[in-house]
Amino acid sequence: MRITVDQDLCCGAGQCVLIAPDVFDQRDEDGIVELLDPAPGPELKDDVHEAAAVCPTAAITVDDG
Amino acid sequence: MSPQEHTLQYPLTQTAPLEPPQEWDELRRGCPVADVHLPNGAPAKLLTRHEDVKATLADPRFVRDIRVGTRPEGAEDDPGDLTRMVPSTGEEHLRWRRLVGRWFTAKRMKQLRPGMEQIAEDLIEAMVASGPPADLKAGLGFPLPVFVICDMLGVPARDRERFSRWSDILLNLTRYTGQEMRESQQEFVAYMSGHIEAKKTAPADDLISALIEQRETEGDGLGDTELLGTAMGLLVAGHETTANMIGKMVAMLLADRSRWERLLEDPSKVRTAVEESLRADANAGFGLSRVLSEDTEVAGEHLPEGTPVVCSMAAANRDERVFTDPGNMDLHRVPNPHLSFGAGAHSCLGQALARTELQVTLEVLLRKLPTLELAVPPEELEPVEGLLVGGLREVPVRW
Ligand code: HEM
Ligand code: SF4
Repeated sequence: MRITVDQDLCCGAGQCVLIAPDVFDQRDEDGIVELLDPAPGPELKDDVHEAAAVCPTAAITVDDG
Repeated sequence: MSPQEHTLQYPLTQTAPLEPPQEWDELRRGCPVADVHLPNGAPAKLLTRHEDVKATLADPRFVRDIRVGTRPEGAEDDPGDLTRMVPSTGEEHLRWRRLVGRWFTAKRMKQLRPGMEQIAEDLIEAMVASGPPADLKAGLGFPLPVFVICDMLGVPARDRERFSRWSDILLNLTRYTGQEMRESQQEFVAYMSGHIEAKKTAPADDLISALIEQRETEGDGLGDTELLGTAMGLLVAGHETTANMIGKMVAMLLADRSRWERLLEDPSKVRTAVEESLRADANAGFGLSRVLSEDTEVAGEHLPEGTPVVCSMAAANRDERVFTDPGNMDLHRVPNPHLSFGAGAHSCLGQALARTELQVTLEVLLRKLPTLELAVPPEELEPVEGLLVGGLREVPVRW
């Protein structure tokens, strides 16, 4: 699983961090998303997909390949 | 697309206080861009599909205009409207959002959680001391979000009641006179200006102090007027919305008490139950208005520049293309991409805070009042009269 985030799209809503805190974080300066782990293990797959699905700006892309 | 027989009057009427208007299903199915008349008589287009509502809210060509349709044609802007001191479009809006947004991160919410839990516990204890029965909205839903915003702004606990009163008057356009509104606004401005001055000399761990410090150390930050507007904006955006949602969430969970019982058995479902309550809220109010800044197409229909568009997030939240069995309240639903906080660059800045407040409220209620139930049949709950934010007038409960 590979994850990419688009910081220009992110509006800092923090949904991803609430759902998958081991994968996403928010920058202290402005709350914009930061990727902690671009290739997390399969046990986080559901959380990551949920985070991507509910992100209000569709800033998270997940590639399961 | 099937032609519409007549122009609908907006907002549509609900069949029961917690049930959606009948038209939503038909509109989503056959008429995704519907002609409606707004309360002031002006024509507009109503969007009800998830895909269209989401795309429209996130599209910068659809310009935000909270005044569409709710004020009489030709009415002047109120020059004292403090919320206009906060930039609402373009680069300036982005700058404001980034400066204030650092106070609304998930990490911050974790820090704020114990304080919120204490507030919820104290309010519930006070409710228990004088009941049952009690009005959960007045006892818990209404005060909790103001107290939390006060904590964030660094306003001391002894001034919380005054904040509640100002907020109530400023938001209840119908219940108070213009004179009362002006007085409250003046009192609020006087109080907040004093508060900002005090924080300059004695900063503490709060949003106002941080924004002042930022301006001094980084050379970029909010001026005093913007600080004032931000404080007022947060109160206006975060109080009534959250207060009503607390009331509606608890009412929905108790209306079919097996929902409450399932949460008592498994409190780890609180997070998804909060999201599902936000999704299932059929009494969400007006929705969001946008005006087109150029010609465009929505769901295959050409819309000219200047068209007023109303997005019904609550209707979109029941779109069967996105949600399986949308009429069913599924407390475990995952993922739950509801649009109750809007979408895109203008989506709710306070959503992490609102979510945390709703989760804390529910957790503490389940723990302290497991026997909670509605004191009236659900169909007797009364919706508030008003336009922008939907809610219930009272949520009578016993335990
Ligand atoms: C359940 C409670 C809440 C709901 C349903 C809600 C809903 C919304 C929605 C739909 C918008 C988008 C408006 C638009 O696109 O025109 C919005 C914006 C906003 N909300 Fe909330 N909100 C809630 C709680 C809060 C709280 C607690 C705060 C902060 C204390 C807050 C602060 C804001 C702000 C500042 C904006 C404007 C954002 C911007 O223009 O960039 N909201 N809210
Ligand atoms: S959920 Fe989306 S918008 Fe919110 S912080 Fe994460 S990436 Fe940014």
